Amino acid sequence: MSRWGGTLRALLRSGPLSGRIGLALVLFWFAAAVAGPWLAPHPVGAFVDRDVFGPMSARFWLGSDYLGRDVLSRLLWGARYTVLLALGAALLAGSCGTALALTAAVRGGWIDEALARAMDTLISIPSKIFALVLVAAFGSSLPLLLLISSVIYIPGNFRIARALATNLVGMDFVAVARARGEGAVHIALREVLPNMVQPLLADMGLRFVFIVLLLSGLSFLGLGVQPPYADLGSLVRENISGLTEGAPAIIMPALAIATLTVGANLLIDALGAGKGRR
Amino acid sequence: MTAPHIEVSGLTIEAGGRAIVNDVSFAIPRGQVTALIGESGSGKTTTALALMGHTRPGARISGGMIRIGDTRIDQLGEAGLTALRGRRVSYIAQSAAAAFNPSRTIMAQVIEPLLVHGLAGRKEAEVKAIALFRALALPSPESIGARYPHQLSGGQLQRLMAAMALITDPELVILDEPTTALDVTTQVDVLKLFKAAIAKSGASAIYVSHDLAVVAQMADRIAVLRYGVLHEEGPARTVLETPRDHYTRTLIAAARPVERPVAPETAGASAPLLSVEGVTAGYGAVRDGVPAVPVLRDVSFVLAPGATLGVIGESGSGKSTLARVIAGLLPRAEGSVHFGGVGLPAGLKGRSREQFRRVQLVFQNADTALNPAHSVATILSRPLAFYHGLKGAAARARVEELLDLIHLPRDIAGRPVRGLSGGQKQRINLARALAAGPDLLLCDEVTSALDTVVGAAILELIDDLRRRLGIATVFISHDISTVRAFCDQVLVLYGGRVVEQGSREGFASGRHHPYTRLLMDSVPEMHPGWLEHTGEGRAPALPGAPVGEELCRFLPRCPVAIAGRCDRTPAPLHRERDRQWLCHHDAAALAMKETV
Repeated sequence: MSRWGGTLRALLRSGPLSGRIGLALVLFWFAAAVAGPWLAPHPVGAFVDRDVFGPMSARFWLGSDYLGRDVLSRLLWGARYTVLLALGAALLAGSCGTALALTAAVRGGWIDEALARAMDTLISIPSKIFALVLVAAFGSSLPLLLLISSVIYIPGNFRIARALATNLVGMDFVAVARARGEGAVHIALREVLPNMVQPLLADMGLRFVFIVLLLSGLSFLGLGVQPPYADLGSLVRENISGLTEGAPAIIMPALAIATLTVGANLLIDALGAGKGRR
Repeated sequence: MTAPHIEVSGLTIEAGGRAIVNDVSFAIPRGQVTALIGESGSGKTTTALALMGHTRPGARISGGMIRIGDTRIDQLGEAGLTALRGRRVSYIAQSAAAAFNPSRTIMAQVIEPLLVHGLAGRKEAEVKAIALFRALALPSPESIGARYPHQLSGGQLQRLMAAMALITDPELVILDEPTTALDVTTQVDVLKLFKAAIAKSGASAIYVSHDLAVVAQMADRIAVLRYGVLHEEGPARTVLETPRDHYTRTLIAAARPVERPVAPETAGASAPLLSVEGVTAGYGAVRDGVPAVPVLRDVSFVLAPGATLGVIGESGSGKSTLARVIAGLLPRAEGSVHFGGVGLPAGLKGRSREQFRRVQLVFQNADTALNPAHSVATILSRPLAFYHGLKGAAARARVEELLDLIHLPRDIAGRPVRGLSGGQKQRINLARALAAGPDLLLCDEVTSALDTVVGAAILELIDDLRRRLGIATVFISHDISTVRAFCDQVLVLYGGRVVEQGSREGFASGRHHPYTRLLMDSVPEMHPGWLEHTGEGRAPALPGAPVGEELCRFLPRCPVAIAGRCDRTPAPLHRERDRQWLCHHDAAALAMKETV
C-alpha cells in the first residue's frame, strides 16, 4: 500500500517524537521476533548457569532464570511466539471481521441483521472465559491459540469496519457504481474498501496489542505456549518467585511486554493523528 | 469631511508563504452595505473575517490597516478581539443549520452574545430577542425560542441567526453568503427581512456573495475580488451598469444564462426515447401502490431522442428522486418507465448491462460522487472496461479522448481526484458518464455547487456535448432561468406532483401555474430596487388551508386560491397544445391573474 508507506515516511520525516519512538520499538521487536533464534547465544531450553536468578553479567547479559537458563535467549525465542502469534491473530481477526462487515454493509437487509446479531452474541461471551474453556477442552496448541485470539477479536473489528463501510455505502460514488450495474463484490472491494484501509490498519494495530496481552495472560496462567518454549507471558509467570529478589529474569520479560504494547500504541496514535491533520 | 465608519487599507493576508488577500483597500460609510463579490478562492470570506481580526488556521494578517470606528482591529490583542466579537462586530454564516448547536434551545443561543458580554440580564435579553423575532417575521415569536434547531426550516434558522447577530446592536454585521443554501422563493423573503433589519439597526454591513443579482438588491457598494486582488470597487449601480473592469464584465455575463437553440425536431417524430407514466415513488412500505412516505405522485412525461427536459422544483419537491427512480436506485411503487420502447424494471435487478449503459446519472456534488481513493484514470477506465471491455492501451487512448472532450489536460489522468478543483471534478464526473456512451444523461443539479463562471462553463460543455453526441438529457435544477434557457421542455414539480409541463415556446406564452409564477418572480434581477417591488400581492389567499393528499399541494401558499373550490376538490389537469398544468384556474383565468 503506497499510501500507507507514504504515511510512514511522513511520520519519519516530520511526525511527533512519540510516534518515532513507537515505530522504533515496534521495529525492534519485529526484528527480534524474526531473527531472535539466530541471535540467541544459547539454545532455548539449555541449563547454562549453575546459579538461579543470576544477575546481569558479561556472560548472561540479562541474567539467568529460575532453572539457570539464559534469559536473553529465552526472551528472544519468546518474542517470536508473542509477536508472530499476535500478528497472525490480528491479521486473521481483521480480515475476517472486515470481510463480514463489507458483506453486511453492501448487502444490507436481513444479511446485515443476521451478521450483526451473530457478532453481538459472540461479543457477549467473556473473552478470557471463552479462551480458558477452549484450552481446557482441546489442550493448548499454537493453532488453537491463534484461532481463539482471532475469534475473540473478530466482533470488535466487525463493528468498526461495518460502521465505516455503512457510511461509505451511503456515498454518491457507490450510488453511481450501483447505477452503472456493478456487482456487490466490485462495490465492496474497489469502491468501499480502499477508503477504509487507513482506519482499519490502525484498528488492527490496537487489536494486536490486545492479543499480546491476552496471550501473555493465558501463558501466565500456564495455558498458553507450553514448555520448554515460552512466550513473554509465560516467562513472567515461570520466574514469578524471583519477584522478591528483583531478578532481571522477571523484570526483563515484563519490560518486553510493556515496550512492545506501548510502542505499538504510540505508533498507532501518531498514524491516526497524521490522518486527522490532512 | 469625516472619516468613513470602517476602513480597510492595504490588507494583505498570507497563508503558507503565499498572499491569499493582496493589498485590498475599501471603506464603508456608516450604515451602508458593501458587498464583497467573487468566486471561491477569491479571498472574499477571508477578507470579511479579517474585519473580526480572525484568520483561518495557518493564515495571518501580514500587512495593512483595518479600522472600525476608532479601533484598529489589526493592533488588537486576543482580549481586545474577544471583547469586540459578537458585540461590535457580528457574523452570519452561510449554513445556519450547521451553525446552531443542535442540543440547545434557540433562545439560549440567540441571547448568548448579550449574556457573554454582560450587556443584559436574561429577562431583558429575552424581551429583546422576542422583539427581533417579530421584526424578522418568525412564526409565533413568543414561543419559538423554546424550540430546538432541528424543528425549524432552513429559512427560519437563517433569520434566527440574524437575530443572534443583531441582538447586541453591533456596528458591523458580516453576512457570509447567508441565502446561498436557501430555495429561491425563501431567499426573497429572507433578503427583504435582512435588509429591513439591518437598516433599522443602523449597522454597517459586509455582504459576501457570489451572486451578483442578490448583491444588487442588498448592497450600496460593490467590491469585486479575484485571487485575493481587488478588481473594482464603487457604488453598486455604477459597478453593475458600467463596469470598468474586464473581470467584472465576465461575472455579469456569466450570471445571465445564454439562450440556446431548441434541439431540431428529430425527423418524422420518432418513437420517444424515454416515457414515464404515472410514476409514484417514495420511502417505506408500499400499500396499494402508495409508499408510506410518498415523494413523487403520478409523474408522467415523454422525452424524444436527443431532447432536453428541464425539471424544476424547490428542495423536497422530489426532483432528485425522479432521477433516482429512472436510474433504478429507488424502485418505483407504481407506474411504468419505458426506455427505447422497452419497459425498464423498477429496481436495479433485472436490468441488462446495455440498459445500464444507456442511462447514466451525474450527481450534484462531485466531491462525493468521485471515489477519493481512485485516480482520474481509474475512474474513467472503469465504465470503459465494464461496458466496452476496453483495456490497456485502448482504454488509455479513450481516457485521453475523454479528457480532450471535457477540455482537461491529459496529464491529469494520473492524479488522485482529491487535489482537483470543484470545476475539474465536475468535468470528470461528467466524463465518467460519457465514457459509457449513454443515450440518456440524468443531470442532478450539476452546477449548483459551482461558482457562476465555472457553472456556466459546465452548462456550455453539457449543451455542446449533447448536441454533438445526440444524448437526451434530463436536467434537474432549482434555477428556473437556467432551465428555460437550456431545455426544450420544462417540467415543474411541487410537493411531488407535476404542476406544470410544456415546451419552451409554451412556457414563453406567459401564462403559468401560480407556483411557476412565484418561482419566476423570485429569481433576483440584476438591477437595484427589484427586491422592493417584487412579491406585491403575493400573500396566500387562503393561509392555513388544509393540506390534503388529494388537494392541490400549493394551496396553503397560493395567492390566487379559490375558497370553496381549491380547498374542496382536487385540481383538474388542463391541457393546451404544447403544455399542461394542474390548477383550478383555466388558461384565460391564469392570463388575467398575470396582469394583476
